[in-house]
Amino acid sequence: MIRTVNLTKRYGKFLAVNQLNLHIEQGSVFGFVGPNGAGKSTTMSILATLMEPTSGHAYVGGFDVTKDPDKVRQLIGYMPDFFGVYDNLTAVEYLDFYAGAYDIPKEKRPALIQDLLELVNLSMKADAYVDTLSRGMKQRLGLARCLVHDPQVLILDEPASGLDPRARIEMKDILKELKAMGKTIIISSHILPELAEMCDTIGIIEQGQLIALAPVDQIASRVAGHRVLRVKLLERAQEAYDQVHYLEHVTNADVQENTLLIHYTGDEAGQVALLSKLVQNGLPVLSFAEEAGNLEEVFLTVTKGVGS
Amino acid sequence: MQKYLGFQVMNPVLVKEFRGRMRTIKTPLLLAIYLLVVGGITFGYMYLRYSNQVFFRPGESKELFLILSVLQLILIGFVAPGLTAGTISGERERQTLNILLTTHLSPTKIVLSKLVSSLAFIGLLVFATLPVYAIVFLYGGISPGQLVGVFVTYLVSMLLFGSLGMFCSAWFKRTGVSTVLAYGLSLFLLGGTAILTLFLSEYISMYQYRTYGSHVGFPEIFYFAALNPVMNLVSVFEPSVVMLGQSNGTSAAQAIPIQPTLYYALVYVPVSALLLFFSVRMVSPVKKKLFRKAAR
Repeated sequence: MIRTVNLTKRYGKFLAVNQLNLHIEQGSVFGFVGPNGAGKSTTMSILATLMEPTSGHAYVGGFDVTKDPDKVRQLIGYMPDFFGVYDNLTAVEYLDFYAGAYDIPKEKRPALIQDLLELVNLSMKADAYVDTLSRGMKQRLGLARCLVHDPQVLILDEPASGLDPRARIEMKDILKELKAMGKTIIISSHILPELAEMCDTIGIIEQGQLIALAPVDQIASRVAGHRVLRVKLLERAQEAYDQVHYLEHVTNADVQENTLLIHYTGDEAGQVALLSKLVQNGLPVLSFAEEAGNLEEVFLTVTKGVGS
Repeated sequence: MQKYLGFQVMNPVLVKEFRGRMRTIKTPLLLAIYLLVVGGITFGYMYLRYSNQVFFRPGESKELFLILSVLQLILIGFVAPGLTAGTISGERERQTLNILLTTHLSPTKIVLSKLVSSLAFIGLLVFATLPVYAIVFLYGGISPGQLVGVFVTYLVSMLLFGSLGMFCSAWFKRTGVSTVLAYGLSLFLLGGTAILTLFLSEYISMYQYRTYGSHVGFPEIFYFAALNPVMNLVSVFEPSVVMLGQSNGTSAAQAIPIQPTLYYALVYVPVSALLLFFSVRMVSPVKKKLFRKAAR
């Protein structure tokens, strides 16, 4: 559904996207991960027909984004990372404006707008002026706006950025619903565990280059083999560090005040042995716990050193 | 029916612009100020001119009409760029332009709709001054043809100043910069072109006097003078204005090569079209090549 071939975008001397090759199947959800300025938004802008690539090609639904932008626009719903809303328009009028912009007949609009507002849980705000809505509501309204013409592809640039945890969960639920509807979604985010829950594939981009591309289940299995053990001590955390940092399966250890963070790749029996060692040496261990599956850690490990 | 027209009469951008404009207090306020300025100056002039006279000559009263018309033209020159200079850049600043460009609305449609909505508002301003004109008409002194000439000049000027603002708005990312430049260019068109024409006229007179020992005349000055909106408008009442005394021995009316209002439209309508064309190009994210590269 989405394909880029050696896609390159240059701003003067700065190379924003470098020889990017992507292939996203129809109906799949692709998570685009990378630090700020990595080229995520640029790639998405090119796919949304808002920017011309310096070289290479990008196709959506088989149409070249530079040669057939009109056809591509029919297929896509694009939500930028930052977008504004118009003053003096209510939520219904806002959606009606975009429905008009997508040539949707007037008589079909009221029912469509009602459905969309229901989908994004904004029915109660139908007659509220859009500039009075909260950030989360605006973001959801933006998503409803993307869906006005029932596009096959959704290009969502950091849809959860700047939202509070509750709004993030709401946004995530809506995206899951859209995935169930069979939309092809390309979504970028900094919050990797959230992406992992709903994406089929995740691609990591840094300095304009795609440095890792893997199905989520593969990454998840890597996460499973990589634990972070949080050991809280009453005192002598440094001493504890000295005793464990050289051990087998300990890839890294950090002292943070009275807490020792151990990056551990061994099995559960090894964890028991590690705790016994600390206790036998008379260290006052207050708690010993495994941190929840830390996708970010794995990603940071994968991306480490690439950008520098 | 609308479906078959290339440019829909009420497309979504127009509806949104009208809706947005009419919902703010700014609109009635601007209308009130506009009428206050136009009415205040006209009535003030009438009071000063006629309060001490027991009679008036209808033939002389055209100067009242002239003052009202020039005043309105200058106001158009200020209002039109002010309204259009923020249209595209405002969308950019509000971060709504990108979204708009991914819809089925073409850049041409976006630019033209925004221009039409601004011009419609200026049209409303001009239309609202009709009662002032009606009162001025009580004093007589103007033919229907002249009235048509005045309104054609207004129409072309609205298009010109509006397109100028639109061009600046598409060119610059910030509304502040775009507005300043649009006003600068409007001021040049209203005043700068007049000064340049007068300077040119004087220079040619001096040159001819030095070269031939007498003033031969330079009727071609018309082509420069008639480009100034104010001079062109005044020429509707006083055709000799656009000749600046360079009529080459014949009377000014005979020396005028082409009807000034027509010339004004013939020059500025294409100029406006060109400005709009470039505005559309600057708004388009994916540009089509203007010229194909010549085959080697």
